[in-house]
Amino acid sequence: MTEIAVVSDRTSLATSHGQRQRLQDAAFRLSTLFFALVVLTLLGGVIIALVEGSIPALKAFGLGFVATEVWNPVTEKFGALAPIYGTLITSLIAMAVGVPVSFGIAIFLTEVCPVWLKRPLGVAIELLAGIPSIIYGIWGLFVFAPFMQSTVQPFLIGTLGQLPFLEDIFMGPPYGIGILTAGIILGIMVLPFITSITRDVFETVPPMLKESAYGLGATTWEVVWRVVLPYTRVGVVGGLMLGLGRALGETMAVTFVIGNSHRIASSILAPGTTISAAIANEFTEAVGDVYTSSLVALGLILFVITFIVLTLAKLMLLRLQRNAGT
Amino acid sequence: MTQASATAVHSIDFGIYRRRRLVNGAALTLALGAAGLGLFWLVAILWTLLWNGLGSLSFGLVTQMTPPPGAEGGLLNAIFGTVVMTSLATMLGTPIGILAGTWLAEFGKTNKLAEAIRFINDILLSAPSIIVGLFIYEVLVIRMGHFSAWAGAVALAVIVIPVVVRTTEDMLKLVPNSLREAAAALGAPQWKVVTMVAYRAARNGMITGVLLAIARISGETAPLLFTALNNQFWSTDMNAPMANLPVVIFQYAMSPYEEWQRLAWGGALMITLAILILNIGARTFAALSTKSK
Repeated sequence: MTEIAVVSDRTSLATSHGQRQRLQDAAFRLSTLFFALVVLTLLGGVIIALVEGSIPALKAFGLGFVATEVWNPVTEKFGALAPIYGTLITSLIAMAVGVPVSFGIAIFLTEVCPVWLKRPLGVAIELLAGIPSIIYGIWGLFVFAPFMQSTVQPFLIGTLGQLPFLEDIFMGPPYGIGILTAGIILGIMVLPFITSITRDVFETVPPMLKESAYGLGATTWEVVWRVVLPYTRVGVVGGLMLGLGRALGETMAVTFVIGNSHRIASSILAPGTTISAAIANEFTEAVGDVYTSSLVALGLILFVITFIVLTLAKLMLLRLQRNAGT
Repeated sequence: MTQASATAVHSIDFGIYRRRRLVNGAALTLALGAAGLGLFWLVAILWTLLWNGLGSLSFGLVTQMTPPPGAEGGLLNAIFGTVVMTSLATMLGTPIGILAGTWLAEFGKTNKLAEAIRFINDILLSAPSIIVGLFIYEVLVIRMGHFSAWAGAVALAVIVIPVVVRTTEDMLKLVPNSLREAAAALGAPQWKVVTMVAYRAARNGMITGVLLAIARISGETAPLLFTALNNQFWSTDMNAPMANLPVVIFQYAMSPYEEWQRLAWGGALMITLAILILNIGARTFAALSTKSK
């Protein structure tokens, strides 16, 4: 650019100035584009790295990997069925615990709560959503698991465990740690998260709609059930899926209390494992290519599951946005 | 429903009203109960954390190294490691995130590529953090041949990027276009319009995003487990494993030694307080930016 800048003619000076600006603009635009593409390649990189890392395991076990329960580091036989089952069942329990409660809180926040309490409560919930999962894990290990062992689990075994169809589900000694404990802690952890999304979604309902219903004499509950929920249905489901995505991939809250046992027990009181807990517990201790690679393959499976769930969530939330726009 | 048989012309079906009010009352009581229950659990967690954490706070916690089993000690090396890796990750991730967010808000806008990047960014934002750990392990740790503080910092940076991209884009979109047009009309080239006008108008919001990202990574455990690993001793070598609070908390809490468990509670309290302060700071910045408009 220096050779252009020395030109003395006034008009060409102006164009050289303009050219320089255009160059600078292009440089700025391209550098921002470059980093935007970095984001794109990050995801690609994650997928390639995970696939590459799991090749030895997939070579050794084939697609049977996802359908085998065996996990034996000594004989180097690995299957992903137990962690997959654990991940799904703990997330299911978490949603069963977390969803009704967060709905209640969201309804309370948007429809019932006095105005002066709305903001502090809303802020408190968002602050709680920011607390790292390891805090929930350590609380689960030292406080909640002993409580489950001494109180809740003996009660469940004594009551539900005696019923004909439920006895398999609520069977066995009260370990304290296990699938049920991990699921409940996960539920408590996703609670602030789902609540804040559900509340935001509820608030997209135009006041006009609600006021019309109130004007016709509807009770608060009827407004929630017949106006707010139908209007936000897609968004609510999207929010739940985001929460589910979070529960599926959560590591630390679960690892403390799951018991790390690669076995599919019929009882939800028994210890188990999840994909993320297995990786967190075993990765640094794994010796041999096949062992490490099996853990990476578990990661790949987790990534695929969460990718699908998150994509569905995103599409649903987008649909709500579009509806709200029109 | 017995009133329904009333014969007077003006009589109203009070049964339906009573039932509707009952249903309403029951539903709202349940909602209130849910709110109470949810808050109870969360308060219970914070309370145990304060109770156990305060009991283990001492001067030695911030002046001594992590001890061998059964001995007294502190968390100095872990605190140092967390601060170093968190700052490095922020320094690495923030510029990338801001520039990428700028492209989305100022140049890409609604074209197909921008839509794709936005979508992928959202996936990265909620992807399990342990996957990020595996990714960095495959890409950096294996290639370098050893665990290192660098790998830990890069793993955390990968988590910072999507957070910053998202907030930067959102905040730049809030800047009124008339500001940009005014600057452009004065003859400012686009890069000056963006850096000197749009960035300044969106500054507080962008700082909020960075603070939120720092809050997010300072408690992250999963991505550090097999990147930075852990180190029982004082180390400033970025090419060696480095101690960090989350992993120390994890290992010490799972151990059978009482001293270690006490240290874990102390560390947990410190991290939570730091994150709460960061979050409140971020909120204050966000509030400032809306007030100035």
